[in-house]
Amino acid sequence: MLGASLAAGFGRAAFAQAPIENGMNAIVRDLTGGAAMREGRVRLQLPRLADNGTSVPLKVTVQSPMTAADRVRSISILSPRNPRPLMATFRFGEESPRAEVMTRVRLNGTQRVLAIAQMSDGSFWSATSEVEVTESACLDAS
Amino acid sequence: MPGRELTVAARVSVPATAKKGEPVEIRIAIQHPMETGFRFGIDGRAIPKNVINRFSCRFEGVEVFSAEMGSGISANPFLDFYATAEKSGTFEFEWIDDAGVRGRESAKIEVA
Repeated sequence: MLGASLAAGFGRAAFAQAPIENGMNAIVRDLTGGAAMREGRVRLQLPRLADNGTSVPLKVTVQSPMTAADRVRSISILSPRNPRPLMATFRFGEESPRAEVMTRVRLNGTQRVLAIAQMSDGSFWSATSEVEVTESACLDAS
Repeated sequence: MPGRELTVAARVSVPATAKKGEPVEIRIAIQHPMETGFRFGIDGRAIPKNVINRFSCRFEGVEVFSAEMGSGISANPFLDFYATAEKSGTFEFEWIDDAGVRGRESAKIEVA
């Protein structure tokens, strides 16, 4: 366990010094097609502190009446530190009554997780949630 | 979906009854390692990535919810989402992993 806590300490120091480039910006551009993204309407909930990065509970909710004319098409969740930043995309059919999903994710260290929702009018809304991970999911070989 | 069929154990929770048009909570946990492709086996070789990449939930043939997943989803993926039933019917769940193995589960709901 000493090794793990040392590794976590070094990981954080490295994070502070060098921003990690895992291609997240390109993936966000792909998702939105370069359209503007506004903060709001999305609520992303993660524990502030996760002991184990291999299974972190996540809940995402988007405020929407979910009618045929005004509904949420999809929600994507992204990690700025995982080797593959796009963790999942959830799509809601026309019969879906509520844009709310719970799942469990792997997180490669302390980071600010991003959720992007696409509405039926084509607009994009986002939210972030900061989560401190004491023991990373060790997704990459480093 | 293409691929060979194999029983992948899954636990589904759907209420047995619901009021017409009322949102119901659906929970599913599928037994799957969700291999990231970043792990090494005892022979020193990388274990190939193998995750359930697509999951869908249909009610009477109409897709209500679907998920595209990657290695960022934990082993034994768990999903909790909502659906509405206007009449009694069957929810069908289907998923497929990178190796082409698919799984299927269903649950009936009685609408009063």
